[in-house]
Amino acid sequence: MERAIEVRGLVREFKGGIRAVSGIDLDVAPGEIYGFLGPNGAGKSTTVHMLTTLLPPTAGNAKVGGHDIVKEGPAVRRTIGAALQEAALDPLLTGREHLKLQLALHGIPRSERNPRTDELLERVGLRLAADRKIGGYSGGMKRRLDLALALAHRPRILFLDEPTTGLDPQSRSALWDEVVRLKRDEGVTVFLTTQYLEEADVLADRVGIIDHGLIVAEGTPAALKAEIGRPTVEAVPAEGTQPAALEGVFGAFGTLQPSTTGVAVRLDGKGGLADIVRALDSAQVGVTDLHLHAPTLDDVFLAKTGRSLEGSEEPDSEE
Amino acid sequence: MSLTSQVLHLARRSVIRTIRQPANWITPLIFPLALMAVNTGGLDAATSLPGFPTDSYLSFFLAFPFIQGALFATVNAGVDLARDIQTGFLNRLALTPMRTAALLVGHLGGVIAMGFLQAAWYLAVGLAIGVRLESGFLGGLVIFLLAVLIVLAFGSFGALAALRTGSTESVHSLFPVFFVFLFISSMNLPRNLIETEWFRIAASLNPVSYLIEAIRSLVIEGWNGQALALGFGVCIALAIVGLTLSTLALPGRMART
Repeated sequence: MERAIEVRGLVREFKGGIRAVSGIDLDVAPGEIYGFLGPNGAGKSTTVHMLTTLLPPTAGNAKVGGHDIVKEGPAVRRTIGAALQEAALDPLLTGREHLKLQLALHGIPRSERNPRTDELLERVGLRLAADRKIGGYSGGMKRRLDLALALAHRPRILFLDEPTTGLDPQSRSALWDEVVRLKRDEGVTVFLTTQYLEEADVLADRVGIIDHGLIVAEGTPAALKAEIGRPTVEAVPAEGTQPAALEGVFGAFGTLQPSTTGVAVRLDGKGGLADIVRALDSAQVGVTDLHLHAPTLDDVFLAKTGRSLEGSEEPDSEE
Repeated sequence: MSLTSQVLHLARRSVIRTIRQPANWITPLIFPLALMAVNTGGLDAATSLPGFPTDSYLSFFLAFPFIQGALFATVNAGVDLARDIQTGFLNRLALTPMRTAALLVGHLGGVIAMGFLQAAWYLAVGLAIGVRLESGFLGGLVIFLLAVLIVLAFGSFGALAALRTGSTESVHSLFPVFFVFLFISSMNLPRNLIETEWFRIAASLNPVSYLIEAIRSLVIEGWNGQALALGFGVCIALAIVGLTLSTLALPGRMART
């Protein structure tokens, strides 16, 4: 089966020799949600700009919907929809006017524009705000309109560049639901960039982690976490208990980890939570709180790059 | 979708944007006429100068609002285009099958629509306060045509500034530059009556003088072939240069593959 997105050795270099993307390979299957995860400035948006034909690559090649992004730009654009990082809307136009302009420029026949506009407004919950100027929309409303615009011409492949950045939890959840519905009901392939671990974990069938313009890990969230494999146990010493005593017990089960609240250990297979509880009991070391942390995508990022994704940011990028 | 249809949709958006920014259409409609009223009041005595071509300074000065209005329309529309670049709206348009040329032509279509409205207003106000067109009704139509061509020519330079810089501030900074061209021209006096030599030379080298003189000739003289040929010639040349440079700048700004 032909891949929805196929990328080989894609490179983008900016003036001054800054390499935002340093030769990435990736494949996305039709109907798949691919999460492209990385800190700010890692190369996510530059990759999206290349795949959506807005930025020519410096080297490498890619096909989107079976069309070469350099040689067949117009064909790629007919196949895709894109909601880029900044919800670029005209504050002086209404939501309805935006959709009508978008539909017209996509060559949708006049007779279909009004019903399609109403359908999209209904779908993203903007029917009542349809005739208000965008200047009065909230951030969440703008993002939802942005998504409706990306879907106007019924694209097979959808690019969403950090679609939930800055949204409140309710708007974020509504957008997630719509992305899942698009995949489930319409078989749309979604290429989703995000810096939120939870978003990639919840939505993506597969995740690619990019750092310094290179993909450092790729797979299903479950497989990536299983690759790291080792959960962490964290405990807060009870009153009167010395942290050193707790460390002594924990140290027998794995490698001690930094912890802001107490003592933590990454298990290395010598025992599980029950064994730790028994060991604490027999050593008479009291704890007030005990947690088992399953590995997260942040642990994956940490293992691959030596840094935590949360709060990580590249300072010298074009993004 | 045809290029014409794309252009019409983008021009429509441009007009809607202008209508929804009252300062963008009230200022060009009011300010040039206010300046005309002030100048006419202060410089009416100039009609007594030997060789002055008319006894109505109002008729002599009516060409001025057409040029100043074109400057307003041009800068406002250039700022709108630059804002589209800054906000990323241009990327949204670039992701549609829209042809690259449609962006420029659609943008200029909106400018021309504004130019047409302004020309009708200036002419109507002029006629209402007593200006008589020596070239008659047909001359009025030619004034319309020339006014629209002037807006197109100036507008192409506004678009060029927006495409080259992508900055609203840079486009705004064009206004004083255009204004210098307007003031160092034959807007206040016929060139042959300007006594200061450097000013007369500068006004003769200034293309804006020929645009003003072409409109003015239709108002106060009737049909002056030389003035019209120079006016239309300069205007068309400016439009060709502006459009060519803008067209060349367009792919740099819309670098889609």
